[in-house]
Amino acid sequence: MRVDLEINKQKHGVEVEPRMTLLDCLRDKLLLNGAHAGCEHGVCGACTVLIDGAPARSCLMFAVQADGYAITTIEGLSPGPGELSLLQDAFCETHGMQCGYCTPAMILAAHALLAKNASPSRDEIVEAISANICRCTGYAQIVEAIALAAERMRGLNRPQEPR
Amino acid sequence: MKSAAFEYSRPATLDEACALLAADDGARLIAGGQTLVPLMAMRLARPTRLIDIARIPGLAYIRDDGDAIVIGATTKQCAIEDDPLVRARLPLLAKAMPHVGHTPTRARGTIGGSLANADPAAEIVLVAVTLGATIVWRDGGKDTAVDASGFIIGPMVTSLPQSACLTSVRFPVWKEPKVGVGFHEINARSSDFAFVSAAAQVALDADGRCARVALGIGAATAYPIAIDAGALIGSRAEEQRVREAVDAALADAEMMDDLHASAAYRKRAARTLAVRAVADAYKDAHARRS
Repeated sequence: MRVDLEINKQKHGVEVEPRMTLLDCLRDKLLLNGAHAGCEHGVCGACTVLIDGAPARSCLMFAVQADGYAITTIEGLSPGPGELSLLQDAFCETHGMQCGYCTPAMILAAHALLAKNASPSRDEIVEAISANICRCTGYAQIVEAIALAAERMRGLNRPQEPR
Repeated sequence: MKSAAFEYSRPATLDEACALLAADDGARLIAGGQTLVPLMAMRLARPTRLIDIARIPGLAYIRDDGDAIVIGATTKQCAIEDDPLVRARLPLLAKAMPHVGHTPTRARGTIGGSLANADPAAEIVLVAVTLGATIVWRDGGKDTAVDASGFIIGPMVTSLPQSACLTSVRFPVWKEPKVGVGFHEINARSSDFAFVSAAAQVALDADGRCARVALGIGAATAYPIAIDAGALIGSRAEEQRVREAVDAALADAEMMDDLHASAAYRKRAARTLAVRAVADAYKDAHARRS
């Protein structure tokens, strides 16, 4: 089946089997490898993408269901080639990652939180990433990264938007 | 962890969806897919055809019918969670929503999907059973309405016919000036499946005593059950009365028993959570301004 997807503000027409998940479509058809395949049944959160700005599991959605939505992957958060968003920078600075497998999803979940809530409490940050499993960091530096990014974004005069 | 092959249809109308369902025993409806897709990935479900109803117009809404709040089947769980009408008039559902999966699954999952799936631990099912909601489905061009307790007939088993599509759920609204709610559950970590859950709604009379009490227990038995809380009417929701009501209801019930929680534990936890939920609801009701 042909499906027309809008990913990171670009249109893509792809030919997929109905059983191909959005995750596999992103990775195998569009070479957007930032969405990671972890458990492939909705538990680990590594495949998180934003669907109309809200975090969702790309392994729990078939590509054929995904037309008409604005899909954002980690590749869409970078302000320019070779650059990192403020939130991504904060993850580097606070060592908010070790192996990096959960990181794109953590950043997207945090991005969605900060788009809605400029001053999240620690509990709100924890809640926002509670659907994402990290087996390395113990989460403390991830929470720290998001709080740091929030603080810096509040200092800016404009909201941080992916280009 | 890849689904078996299937055909995919996206009908434009509800009746078209029902016709597709009726034509193929192996066909299944999909809206949010947050339970069905994992089951397909594990090959515990192998539908021959998925009929996508997520975008059928007129199935996603939250409507105030005066004596009830009516919610369309494909209304997303995140929309219910954030809805001011639900918060104001259906506080028990509002209170339970944050416990339903987690943010990313609520962004896709629908209320109708949760009801039709009828998981013993589903919070939405518990609220529907506790409040005595009415579930409406369409089959062969005609609508049928059933009580939640008649709809949920087993663990993940409902009375929904194969060719029917659940279309809405109607939650009664309590009109008493002071209504409070309480919700508690125990799980291994927040947002996981509950081992036991309890939901309570209390309305007060002019003297501040219980005028009406709804109490339900989820995840402890094969499906969520409403507890007869008649003994609490006219009381100040004393703990002992709640315990007795739960004990009476669970005395002969077949408790779930698994690796995570034994039957005895579930019985004990059900009693404790019911006490907490009723106490919260009673306190919450007293805190409301009439």
